Amino acid sequence: MNFDFTEDQHEIKRTARELLAKRSGLEQVREAAEAEAYDESLFTELRELGWSGIAIDEQYGGAGLGVVELMILCEELGYALAASPFLANALGGLMIEHCGSDEQRAKWLPGIASGEATATVTIADGGSGEVVADADGAAVIVLVEGNEATLVARADAQVEPLATIDPTRRYARVTASGGEPLSGDVASALAAAEVALSAEMVGIAQRTMEMAIEYAKERKQFDTPIGAFQAVSHRCAQMLLETEGARSATYFGGWAADADRSQLAFASAIAKAAASEAALSVTASSIQIHGGIGFTWEADVHWFFKRAQLDAAMLGGASEHRARVTQLTAASLAAAGAS
Amino acid sequence: MDLTFNESESAFRDELRAWITANHPGEEPAGEDEGYAFRRGWQRQLYEAGWAAVHWPTEYGGRDATLVEAAIFNEELARARAPFPANVLGLLLAGPTLMIWGDDEQKQRYLDPIMSGDEIWCQGFSEPEAGSDLASLKSKAVRDGDDWLVTGQKVWTSGAQYSKWCMLVARTDFDAPKHKGLTYFILDMEQEGVEVRPLRQITGDPEFNELFLENARIPAANVVGGVGNGWTVALTTLMNERAGLAFGLQVGMKVALDELTEELAACGKLDDPLIADELGELRIKCEILRLTAYRGLTATMKYGQPGPEGSLTKWMWSQGNQELMQFATRALGPQVLVGGSSWGRSMLRSRGNSIEGGTTEVLKNIIAERVLGLPRKK
Repeated sequence: MNFDFTEDQHEIKRTARELLAKRSGLEQVREAAEAEAYDESLFTELRELGWSGIAIDEQYGGAGLGVVELMILCEELGYALAASPFLANALGGLMIEHCGSDEQRAKWLPGIASGEATATVTIADGGSGEVVADADGAAVIVLVEGNEATLVARADAQVEPLATIDPTRRYARVTASGGEPLSGDVASALAAAEVALSAEMVGIAQRTMEMAIEYAKERKQFDTPIGAFQAVSHRCAQMLLETEGARSATYFGGWAADADRSQLAFASAIAKAAASEAALSVTASSIQIHGGIGFTWEADVHWFFKRAQLDAAMLGGASEHRARVTQLTAASLAAAGAS
Repeated sequence: MDLTFNESESAFRDELRAWITANHPGEEPAGEDEGYAFRRGWQRQLYEAGWAAVHWPTEYGGRDATLVEAAIFNEELARARAPFPANVLGLLLAGPTLMIWGDDEQKQRYLDPIMSGDEIWCQGFSEPEAGSDLASLKSKAVRDGDDWLVTGQKVWTSGAQYSKWCMLVARTDFDAPKHKGLTYFILDMEQEGVEVRPLRQITGDPEFNELFLENARIPAANVVGGVGNGWTVALTTLMNERAGLAFGLQVGMKVALDELTEELAACGKLDDPLIADELGELRIKCEILRLTAYRGLTATMKYGQPGPEGSLTKWMWSQGNQELMQFATRALGPQVLVGGSSWGRSMLRSRGNSIEGGTTEVLKNIIAERVLGLPRKK
């Protein structure tokens, strides 16, 4: 039993934190959000560092590391709220890597690994995905309907860009007919994607908690730092509870994706449910602790709150995952009782 | 990262599991005294097979188990629905405190009977006027020749009626600042100056007691860690209390949740989406508690202390367990509120979870100040 990263993994986390602090500070996030456009040089730098291919097999030009390493990057990108197509590309890559055919992998993974021809994934209904991250700039789109997944080249899909409440990321409505099926284990590929997405939300919760704590230490009312009032400090403690809980579940999911696929369905469901709830609740609490200033356009906390809203809804919301948790545990208890 | 047990951890678990299967004492009998005698007999069995205090060093008769193995011990007991040993406060609190602060004679005298269950221990810390503000306690010890005489009142002393010894904290210096004037004693419960009165709690059971001390006599040799050092010694006990119990409690919650899921499945209620949603949320909380506890163990083993997550498990457990019990009584229907139902009783008992061993409010203060570094109100 060793529930901690390896030294190499800690190093990835530290390096990512430092790099993103320089390259994607809150001023850069604001610039991208207000322009409603990415700073292309950021993603170029990330892909040149090999980040986009971190979990993709070496034969396709990736680094051949695991979902745990990808999860670490996603958490740090969420912490920085980096404006880039990194996450959508990584999630699309997981789908093709884990349930595509050799031919599909050979065709798409090299572009995903290098970041030169990116992917995305969406839950779809009748061939349409309503709000799909980074679909317009993607080369390939994966649509998941129930237990089936279809791969569609961007050129064969109808993509209408959307302005959502989250201007730190580009979204679009996607409609496609045809495409080719991904024939492998769709559920477990999607579960790995849920873990990576959860990691971004853990980073968002961590960052907005830290912002709230810093503010509560500095801001004085009644001649006292507001963090000394229990109504405020207990809310901060609650943020820690939610953030660390989501982190425990998400890291469990990363480990299961790499080391024990039999636990992945359960692990990813608790990760997605817990991280979605934590991201929504912690970002909202952070606005509250910032008081009036937290409600202004000038404060940065709203960018995180907005991203959290979209992330929490992506690949199914918390209640869907809670229902799945119950379904999975009831089935496993019934199986244990029958044996 | 490896969330499986390694070879020696697995071997430990397999050996223990086989032993429990072969030696399981069966169902606990009804009745407070009968139940206690049963758990005491179970502890004797564990002791004779060398399982009573796995986390103790081998020099004191333990197995020098790692934190993970100690967690496995608690998980396996709960998993097999086997009872916890009768002398739980001796094993988890008094023993480890004496190992750190006791002198050689005290270790020699007290540790083995703690392990065997021959001598039961209770904890005399809280007082009617000193709950969360423990250091304000007023029980008074005065010197009388080679002895100390203690007068005062303690409360929430579980198991006092069965105890030979009490970990007692009393004030020996009324002029010193409140944390400095305390001393930690080993009090012999079998004497005239000690009166134990059962304290009936909301379940109707007298799980706890009040302790009335009137010139109770304690030999000077029974001071632990030096006169005036009682607060520091007591903190050792309290830290063991919060860390040691977590794993057993966590598995207890999982066992209850499994039972509830099976009962709800049997009456077809899992198809109700609201039930499925709440049950899923409880399962997530239960699983996160287990995972977070293991993260804390890993951090303690690797870095000597848990990270920020380590302060959260007691709070997670009390909240999760209360929600679970309340949900169970709501989802199963009013028939579980009929007298004698274990769900109804467990629901009532769970209200104590967020009070015992540190109230949730105090835990939040500790997290805010020591983990998050927020200022303290003056």
